[in-house]
Amino acid sequence: MEIPRHWRIKSQRYGLVGEVCPHCEIKIFPPRDVCPNCGGEAKEEYIFSGRGEVYSFTSLYDGPAGFEETTPYTVALIKLEEGPVVTAQLTDLGDASVEIGMPVEMVTRRIRSDGDERGMLIYGYKFRPLGLGPR
Amino acid sequence: MTSSEKSSLLLIPDRPVGFIGYGAYVPRYRLPGSAVARVWRFSEGGSPVKEKAVAGLDEDVITMSIEAARNALARAGIAASELRAVWIGSESHPYAVKPSGTVVAEALGATTSVSTGDWQFACKAGTEAIVAAMGLVGSGMGKYALAIGMDTAQGRPGDQLEYTAGSGGAAYIVGPADEALAVIEAAYSFVTDTPDFWRRQEQKYPEHGQRFTGDPAYFKHIHSAAETLLKETGTSASDYRFAVFHQPNPKFPQRAASLLGFNDEQIKDGLLVPVIGNTYAGAALIGLSAVLDIAQPGDRILVTSFGSGAGSDAFALRVTEAILERRGKAPSTAAYIARRTEIDYGTYVRFRGKLAMK
Amino acid sequence: MTEVVIAGIGQVPVGEHWDISMRSLAARAILAARKDANGLKPQALYVGNFLGPMVSHQSNLGTLLAQNAGLEGVEAFTIEAAGASGAGAFRMGYLAVSSGYVDTALVVGVEKYTDMIGPGLEHYIGMGMDYDYELMQGITTASQAALLMQRYLYESKAPREAFAEFSLSAHANGAHNPYAMYRKAIKLETYERAEIVSSPLNMFDIAPYADGAAAVILTRSELVRPSELEKMVRVTGSSVVIDRLSLHDRPDPLAFEAAGLSVEQACRQAGILPKDVDFFELSDAYSIFAVLSLEAAGFAKRGEAWKLAQSGAFRLKGELPISTMGGLKARGNPLAATGVYQVVEAVQQLRGQSGANQVAGARRALVQSLGGPASTAITHVLERCT
Repeated sequence: MEIPRHWRIKSQRYGLVGEVCPHCEIKIFPPRDVCPNCGGEAKEEYIFSGRGEVYSFTSLYDGPAGFEETTPYTVALIKLEEGPVVTAQLTDLGDASVEIGMPVEMVTRRIRSDGDERGMLIYGYKFRPLGLGPR
Repeated sequence: MTSSEKSSLLLIPDRPVGFIGYGAYVPRYRLPGSAVARVWRFSEGGSPVKEKAVAGLDEDVITMSIEAARNALARAGIAASELRAVWIGSESHPYAVKPSGTVVAEALGATTSVSTGDWQFACKAGTEAIVAAMGLVGSGMGKYALAIGMDTAQGRPGDQLEYTAGSGGAAYIVGPADEALAVIEAAYSFVTDTPDFWRRQEQKYPEHGQRFTGDPAYFKHIHSAAETLLKETGTSASDYRFAVFHQPNPKFPQRAASLLGFNDEQIKDGLLVPVIGNTYAGAALIGLSAVLDIAQPGDRILVTSFGSGAGSDAFALRVTEAILERRGKAPSTAAYIARRTEIDYGTYVRFRGKLAMK
Repeated sequence: MTEVVIAGIGQVPVGEHWDISMRSLAARAILAARKDANGLKPQALYVGNFLGPMVSHQSNLGTLLAQNAGLEGVEAFTIEAAGASGAGAFRMGYLAVSSGYVDTALVVGVEKYTDMIGPGLEHYIGMGMDYDYELMQGITTASQAALLMQRYLYESKAPREAFAEFSLSAHANGAHNPYAMYRKAIKLETYERAEIVSSPLNMFDIAPYADGAAAVILTRSELVRPSELEKMVRVTGSSVVIDRLSLHDRPDPLAFEAAGLSVEQACRQAGILPKDVDFFELSDAYSIFAVLSLEAAGFAKRGEAWKLAQSGAFRLKGELPISTMGGLKARGNPLAATGVYQVVEAVQQLRGQSGANQVAGARRALVQSLGGPASTAITHVLERCT
């Protein structure tokens, strides 16, 4: 069981909560201790809009342990509109073919169980094609 | 009016309340009734619905509630931290023990000063949470409360429920009536101990009383609740532009409506069961969200849920001017329904965890 | 500055050694290297290992492997840098000897991949990534490479089939390496028909994980008799450069910045330019890694390594032979052992012991090992002593 490490970063995962550097104002995700841009200490919370576009993507047919039940799935590098890039799954693709540059929006989904079906459920950000209308 | 002047039966808080925001959610997968019929041939023949909505592999009541609630917050235009309650009614909470509400509250940013809990009353768990939210807001304990009805409905393979048990629901933020997009003029709850449908602890699929679920259960409770509400509020069917009833199939709400004096025109916009199935605790509430998507200021809406076990909550709503400016701030119920990927029975079995992996 | 030389090399065939334990694999490579070094006695053992604690539930390998190989009175510990662990251990040996603190150092890279079976393995190999923000999103090392390849295809407009050449060339070379896991050339059709593992990456774009152990013995040139020095190889450049761990944190993931910078630094130390090397043992854990490494090192313009490859430039008789003994693709990828295998193979070339795969007149080698997608890049320049 890995309860503490998942619990610790729950808000980042559930709601794409990162940081804004108080010194150079760059937006940071995932949060870190030192700003990658100016080297100052980064601590101020910033909630990302969840909108972005696909920078690259791949469909996996051989997932790692813990992801057997949802394999195959598509993982992408998503460039958020505020600047940072995140690694995340794409979901709700339907018949849509994924393309680099495709606009996407964040949704909170079930990522996997911690261990087997008795373990805690881990939720977090995924992205789906933009297009439902206002969010 | 003061408490002493109020009818002793109606649920009307001291401070008037209403819905200040609402949000729907329907997953994108659809299982046509014909796909079920191909595998399971029931004596009645065809499917009572065209298709039903099915949650994806990474969806459950928690994730679906988060999205519906984000939509409700967008319409309400308030910060999640202003919510004093996050209550989720469902019969498919992902955990047997551990609240869905804590994950949802955390994801919304509603923690930490918030009452959170999961409600259970079969298909009326969501409206039950709304009644409680009316109490919390109406008493002045808190300004805003979030109540959600959401389900990934279960049905045993081979049961008639396989045609209809769908996924979806809606979230409502209850707040002061002067901020509302729809004022809750009165509510009424009718409850008896009637075991028409249940699921025992640790059982995967529910049991139901077949034809017993009709007259003594659904019709008795829906009718009694709605009729009492109409009578006590001094209104009749013709005063309402819309009526929404719990909808386990298309026939039940149509008959219930007709018995109460409502016509097809009044119920058609809130009757979603033919296209998304029976979303259990979400059913009446997502019917209402579809109505709010098109209602005009001044319209009155009657909503009556039904939960097996059994009981009904009935609400008399009056839509305000605020609806015009707020409903466009989140995706409509119709937009979710239009988003559609058809799946076959095998995919459905996998998505709903009916495939033995161990 | 002290001149560090490679006095001995040893390796075991790469493959699925179901019946050989990690300690025995390491011992076989160590004994072979010691024999090759004419019994030169090491004072230190540096172990490159990645999966031991996870797959074999074994830590403190320095002590275990030293004891099992009969090494007494040595200092010993493990160096870990994911797939570059073996190169990291080699770098450690180089630093120890060149500093003068250690006269003779033994470096062993060992990986025991087959102690476990199932999807857990993919999970453990993925631990070289950021667990919280990459692995927990369901990504694997192969899919990470696939993300790079997808982006490369988009930016360079390279045709998908251009990547076949890297696999074909590696397998052609591996056919003549007795230590290789796959010793058979493959046809273009085989590549084209291969199963997609993580789109657009297919099975033949991926080097197979395997068991393996390789060892080298490093010492100072003044401790070796001149007659013996002749067949030895000097380490003239050594560099470790790291990048941001995750692809998502890099401004330009296709730049493989650490790989480029590491080549630049190692060559500068050796007083050469990259073009002065006779061959390049690079890290072709995935075909896209070979492409990006070649471009980062300056052997091809950005977005054009695939074009050069089609002309045969990277074959044994081309302008810059790569993966001369089969590379990770055909020799196999025993992860932490890989970096030491690369050094062993480069030494074979420089000694003229590569048989059918001999690069004619090879005097100078560039050897690069990557941990992750060039998250760690470790590069060495090796040169013949005479």
